[in-house]
Amino acid sequence: MTDAPSVRQLVADAVSRIAPDVDPGDLDADLHDDLGLDSMDLLNLATAISIASGVEIPERDLPGLRTLRQLQEYLARRLERGPDHDKEVAP
Amino acid sequence: MAPQPGFSWDRMRAELSGLPDGQGLNIAHEAVDRHVALGRGDRVALRLLAKDGTRREVTYGELAMRTNQFANMLASEGIGPGDVVVVLCGRDLDLYVAVLGALKQRCIVSPVFSAFGPEPIKARLQLSGATALFTTRALYERKVAALRSELPSLTHVFVAGSEHTHPDDTIPVAPRLDGADQHFVIGPTDPETPSLLHFTSGTTGTPKGAQHVHGAVVAHYATGRFVLDLDPDRGDVFWCTADPGWVTGTSYGIIAPLVCGATLVVDEAEMDPARWYDILAGEGVNVWYTAPTAVRMLMRAGTDVAGLDRARPALRLAASVGEPLNPEAVRWGADVLGIPFRDNWWQTETGGIMVANDLSLPIRPGSMGKPLPGIEAAIVSCDDSGTPHRDADGAVQLLAGAAQGMLALRTPWPSMFRGYLNEPDRYAACFARAGGITWYLSGDIVRRDADGYLWFVARADDVIKTSGHLIGPFEVESILMEHPAVAEAGVYGVPDEVAGAVIHAVIVLRPGVVDDEELQRSVVAHARRRLGAAVAPRRLIVAGDLPKTRSGKIMRRVLRARELGLPEGDLSTLEGARS
Repeated sequence: MTDAPSVRQLVADAVSRIAPDVDPGDLDADLHDDLGLDSMDLLNLATAISIASGVEIPERDLPGLRTLRQLQEYLARRLERGPDHDKEVAP
Repeated sequence: MAPQPGFSWDRMRAELSGLPDGQGLNIAHEAVDRHVALGRGDRVALRLLAKDGTRREVTYGELAMRTNQFANMLASEGIGPGDVVVVLCGRDLDLYVAVLGALKQRCIVSPVFSAFGPEPIKARLQLSGATALFTTRALYERKVAALRSELPSLTHVFVAGSEHTHPDDTIPVAPRLDGADQHFVIGPTDPETPSLLHFTSGTTGTPKGAQHVHGAVVAHYATGRFVLDLDPDRGDVFWCTADPGWVTGTSYGIIAPLVCGATLVVDEAEMDPARWYDILAGEGVNVWYTAPTAVRMLMRAGTDVAGLDRARPALRLAASVGEPLNPEAVRWGADVLGIPFRDNWWQTETGGIMVANDLSLPIRPGSMGKPLPGIEAAIVSCDDSGTPHRDADGAVQLLAGAAQGMLALRTPWPSMFRGYLNEPDRYAACFARAGGITWYLSGDIVRRDADGYLWFVARADDVIKTSGHLIGPFEVESILMEHPAVAEAGVYGVPDEVAGAVIHAVIVLRPGVVDDEELQRSVVAHARRRLGAAVAPRRLIVAGDLPKTRSGKIMRRVLRARELGLPEGDLSTLEGARS
């Protein structure tokens, strides 16, 4: 679960469901300013990633997650810390 | 309700300056130059908060000088009175200077939401017949450049920013502004001179360009005073969270607060609860005008967000508009911020606030309030589908006392729209006679209680209010049908606890097209690229056919009812129904 390819895949899957107009390989573009996601997209994206990964993403963390790379790094970091730190989301 | 004793539009007009030497009434003069003439030139007009955390203050004196330079630049480029200037910008200083500078030059200004995709932008540029566009390099390259050949009337594209290079066929503004004269004399401006063009959506057809006039500033001033409690002598700090691409962000995010001599807080960034509480506290916001979606997002974020405890002291008044504010949200304001949100009601067509829980009234949570002084509202008798009953002469019937029907406003009032651009029939259809008086029919079904408070019930048509933005289903359906796999599309709103409503679409595929996940993603991607995230559907459902009336109109309320598992209502006009 914590290896980089699966985190990359998980973020890519979520973004292609919420915003299929976005190239999931465009890792450093600003999701809002450059790729046109609005605040509801960003909430939906965080929710989709939470459900798929079991990592809860508090809304207060969202302003710091502005690119797909930041999302990947955030998720990898949270997964490394282990499930004890995270509220598990029901499958 | 009759106008309150002592109030008259003439008295409100008399509190404004008018152009020197009786040359008329110009919004930009009242918003900017008047304050300089009255000795308020050193007061901060704009406090601009950039995404990167930097902060910049612009005084009324500097704003007067910059808008003069902008007006001079337009004049030197041959853009004159009556020319339509579309402004497509993020919320930074350039936008405010462009809107007010173009109003000084008596151009017709049409602010367009910068998060729109290329298609809504193209439609607005084409329909407005704009000769000039003011935008940024990034927005131009991403959303306009590829459409340029389809916009023959667009002769001037002004690009903000200080970069030395600029796209072909555009005019860099910075060097021209630097050299422009800092003095400008606003030409004679009759109060009926066109000022702003705001596009709004109907159920069918293209967006409608609601035309407003400079005389509307009397209503902006009056509502700024009475509803938002802004006092030119005191100099309040005011924050309107709406983007100037929507009418609220122009009438109350530019004009009313400046006319009332306030310091206007402008946040360039998107909504973020912690940032917003920081702004309320750090900027000492006295009066805050926001929207239900934002309030619900703050409620979701909870009360342990940093800065919330500091947000309260300076705040004297919080108001909300865009869609009905739930009673829980009104009470949340009282509990958490120490003051309840005061809901109010108006439309693109009304130009300014018409109905409000103003400071003179006890708030009824969930109600839009009562008509303001100078505004007379009536309830028009309607059938179950929200269509007004009419007599043989086309007159409508007004209901007395507690009643439910379509909200109508007695014409005229200063900020009333004066037309839909190039669509006189659509404009005429908004008005009806009753009792020898002409009434504007709002299209909103409301209930009036025994005490005269008004409560929103529903729209009489199929337009969708999502995050406070009015979206016409037709615009979205048309783009969906341009996808090669889509034969038909029906678009509607479904309730959402944060956004009020979100846009869903049912599509019928062309024969032989196989429905799978990849296809659906391709259709959504197409819609998002063309329309932008705010307008594209969030959910797509593939169906075998669409419910239609016998005359072929899509029954969008049936699509919505089917998705939500609700009763489908009167189906007597459904195609194929037994008569």
